[in-house]
Amino acid sequence: MKKLLPKTIFILLILAIWQFLFQLNIWPDFLFPSPQMVMITLIEGFKDGTFTFAITASFKRLLIGYSISLLFGLMLGVLIASFQLIEDTIGPFILALQSVPSVVWLPLALLWFSMGEKAIIFVVVLGGTWNMVINASTGIKNVQPVLIKAAKTMGVNKIQLFWKVILPAAVPHLITGMRLSWAFSWRALMAGELIGSGDGLGQILMWGRDMGNMSLVITVILLIGSIGYLTDNYLFKKAETVVLNRWGLNN
Amino acid sequence: MNLLNIKDLNKNFKQENENKLEVLKGINLKIKEKEFISFIGPSGCGKSTLLNILAGLIPASSGQVMLKNKLIQNPGNDRVMVFQEAALFPWLTVIENVLFGLKIKKIDKKKAYQKALDQLEAVQLKNFKDSYPHQLSGGMKQRVAIARALVIDPEILLMDEPFGALDEQTRLMLHRQLIKLWQDTEKTIVFVTHNIREAVKLSDRIIVFGSNPGRIVEEFKIDIPQPRDRENPTLIRLENKILKLLEKEIKKQGEKKYEKIAT
Repeated sequence: MKKLLPKTIFILLILAIWQFLFQLNIWPDFLFPSPQMVMITLIEGFKDGTFTFAITASFKRLLIGYSISLLFGLMLGVLIASFQLIEDTIGPFILALQSVPSVVWLPLALLWFSMGEKAIIFVVVLGGTWNMVINASTGIKNVQPVLIKAAKTMGVNKIQLFWKVILPAAVPHLITGMRLSWAFSWRALMAGELIGSGDGLGQILMWGRDMGNMSLVITVILLIGSIGYLTDNYLFKKAETVVLNRWGLNN
Repeated sequence: MNLLNIKDLNKNFKQENENKLEVLKGINLKIKEKEFISFIGPSGCGKSTLLNILAGLIPASSGQVMLKNKLIQNPGNDRVMVFQEAALFPWLTVIENVLFGLKIKKIDKKKAYQKALDQLEAVQLKNFKDSYPHQLSGGMKQRVAIARALVIDPEILLMDEPFGALDEQTRLMLHRQLIKLWQDTEKTIVFVTHNIREAVKLSDRIIVFGSNPGRIVEEFKIDIPQPRDRENPTLIRLENKILKLLEKEIKKQGEKKYEKIAT
């Protein structure tokens, strides 16, 4: 509760500055809306179902793309951690791919998959995969050797060693990978939706631009930020804390 | 009866300068059933390496190790190892850790659970069965590790400096518990330590290793029944004798190093 006071004051301050700028009348109302106008757009948007519908549509794409990138990332990470040859060949390639913002693939994806869902999901997958690969391979390579030795003297075979020891021991890194992957998928999704077609949050934002409705644009930006913040802070950070505690890594 | 037979065993490691490092040279040793045997020696004498070879975790360069009539080549749950770091699985509760080896052995679930519970009772940790390892002290973790190994009912318990990271009081308490467990279960125990007093107090037989190359220097039999009194003059005399022997080994090694630098 102690932290609540400075937070509230900070938000009020931002709103005050915003309102002040609005009243200076530098830009016309439709280009620079007031906090009140944005608030009304937000409430109206939820009332008529536009935002709920758009968020659902976006999340559907996100979940499909994110699941594929987790699965794909985990498999590639395991391969890289297990075979030196794969690490030497694919490893640097992945680092390079990771530094490419995934939205640059969109022009290609649009041509390959036409304007549909698939193109956006493709971009989401490319956005989420590489962080998962890197974290999964790091996690698997860094499993404490003594845990592996202990399991071996207790009679595990190779398959049991992987599923019962190596994979669970790598969970702290996997969670970090999942968290980063989610953040990157979310960014990729929004970028993809701005350009691609459909009815997600990003498209509502573009629709606002086309209609000259900056109030709508700002509202959607706020929504994108809030959803990103809430999932990171309340879903992934919580999960990460629980895991780090249990794995004894939080001293 | 001999349980373990080590014959003409050598272990070399390749070094970067292409010279081979003789970690173990010409090791011959027979270990009897129900024996408590300790390996002691200066660091780098290969005592832990030998233990790892007995576990089947690393191969010997030449020579062989026979367990009864079976050649040891791979790890197996007839030779379970306890490490200096308890090496518990942090994502499993205490009882799940103890159940781990039983599940691998595919023992019936109900039976396995009862066995694990009994074993935890034997190390006096039944009340902590649902705790996670990070909630336990170092001594408690080590007791879980011992329970996890013993519950599998191995032929041999291999212990690599298991109490090396514990404080003196905890170590003394664990000595008592280990001796009791050893007497109750009649297991063969191979115990690696650098603590002479610990070796003298626990073992039926102590094998003293020298280094460079790692080899057996001498062995001592101790016929004093357990539990032993720390003040027993025979033990104190033996402790001093081993201490002098080790000092000589360490000094010799120092001189060798000096020669190398001088030439």
